[in-house]
Amino acid sequence: MSIYDFIFYLFAAITVGSALLVVSSDNIVRSAFYLLATFFGVSGLYVLLGADFVAVTQIMVYIGGILILLLFGVMLTSNITNVEIKKGMKNLLPAIIGIGILLGAVISMMIDTRWKINVGEIPQTTSYEIGKLLITDYVLIFELLGILLLIALIGAASMARRERSK
Amino acid sequence: MQNYFTEILTDLLGNELLAEILTYVLSTVPILAFIVFFVLFAVWLERKVSAHMQDRLGPMRVGWHGVLQTIADFIKLIQKEDIIADANDKALFNIAPFLVFVSTLATFTLLPFTSIFVGSNADVGIFLVLALSGGVVAGILMAGWASNNKYSLYGSLRAAAQIVSYEIPTALVVLTMIMVYGTMNLGDVTEAQTSYFWNWGIFGGAGLGLGKFLLVPFMFVAFIILFISTLAESNRTPFDLPESESELVAGFNTEYSGIKFSLFFLAEFANMFLIGAILVIFFFGGYNSPFGYFGNLIGVDWLVPVEQLFWFISKGMFFVFVSMWLRWTLPRVRVDQLMTICWKYLIPYAFFNLLIVGLILLV
Repeated sequence: MSIYDFIFYLFAAITVGSALLVVSSDNIVRSAFYLLATFFGVSGLYVLLGADFVAVTQIMVYIGGILILLLFGVMLTSNITNVEIKKGMKNLLPAIIGIGILLGAVISMMIDTRWKINVGEIPQTTSYEIGKLLITDYVLIFELLGILLLIALIGAASMARRERSK
Repeated sequence: MQNYFTEILTDLLGNELLAEILTYVLSTVPILAFIVFFVLFAVWLERKVSAHMQDRLGPMRVGWHGVLQTIADFIKLIQKEDIIADANDKALFNIAPFLVFVSTLATFTLLPFTSIFVGSNADVGIFLVLALSGGVVAGILMAGWASNNKYSLYGSLRAAAQIVSYEIPTALVVLTMIMVYGTMNLGDVTEAQTSYFWNWGIFGGAGLGLGKFLLVPFMFVAFIILFISTLAESNRTPFDLPESESELVAGFNTEYSGIKFSLFFLAEFANMFLIGAILVIFFFGGYNSPFGYFGNLIGVDWLVPVEQLFWFISKGMFFVFVSMWLRWTLPRVRVDQLMTICWKYLIPYAFFNLLIVGLILLV
């Protein structure tokens, strides 16, 4: 077992373990905090895949943005901490079918992908290449995403403004 | 150096995996030691600076002019009882200080202290430093919520709102700097400002010609924005609303005592140096000496990294001193003023600065 195997199993255990805690916890704020460990574990797995930029973006967006927003939402919503969270088995068949399809998709992706296993193939850094691709091959998608985010921003601002005038 | 350690440890333990893990753990020790020594010194300095600004003497009893005061305080602090109230959420209450401290410690591993010692010379450098502040926010929210105390919760919500808001101007200025230097790697940023002080970022970088002179005023604007917004991100006066003593007892760390309180304390002071270090790396040449190295002059190679360490720490300490100076000079801002400064002034200025620097770099 090399050091990378060890780190992989460590991060995999963090991800899976905390994800289980997220769904099994009784307390919604606690679930949100367990999600922190899940996001962190996933970003560790990205690093091991050689995707350093994606890993940091994962921390930045999910931990620095979405999780904080989630915590604010959970903490500032009144009575949410006292809500009875329903747990247990329900709608077992649809759940199994859904998860089965997802599992199949993931496994087929795992088999089809041409993994880079030699040291020479794995890029040392990715941010430069990602940047270059974004403004050459994928420039249209990049611009469209920018417009989408702008629309979301304007929408959020107008919704917040309407609340106040009431 | 790292491989060398691994070999020694492999011989000692007879297990390569264990040796490698131990090497990784040990390689954070210099940084941890630096943080602890820095904090011991900085707390003393803070008390002395505040005292002299208010025409007092400050601690004078323990050691020469009270230099050993913080060590005595620290010993007192770690033997205090670790109080956990019944209504606290125990697990989160215990994890929070470590989350805050570890996130701060992790950012320190990315700083190039000298040309030969960088904890992790990651290519994503500054981006990761910004991202890890998310861990600090989460830790502070966790502390405030787990304390089950309204003052703690108010303090932590204020801290989180403040850090998240001021992250935007910080990120915009950092983006400008990435454009100027063409890299996110902090070591490479420092390399780009080698030799004399007119190559430093604040003087327009290492390039020559018209562009360098055009850049100077905008680099200065970027420096001011980055300084204000990072100061706000570290929750220091004039932006110390999260722990404003007159309203919130002590903010998010009200319920903490003993070693866990000292972890928050360590993280806060470590953040002060981190601000200084980032400003120094982007604008003041990082570890580069302003006048060339004495070691090169007399032909002693090993002296150069020592000088670099000296320059890095003394430039960083200068900004730590400036932030203490501000703390004991300025009153605290109000919450609405805090948000006005960020959203109405810093962010538009940072955007214009980004645009103008981009245009200059194109020409």
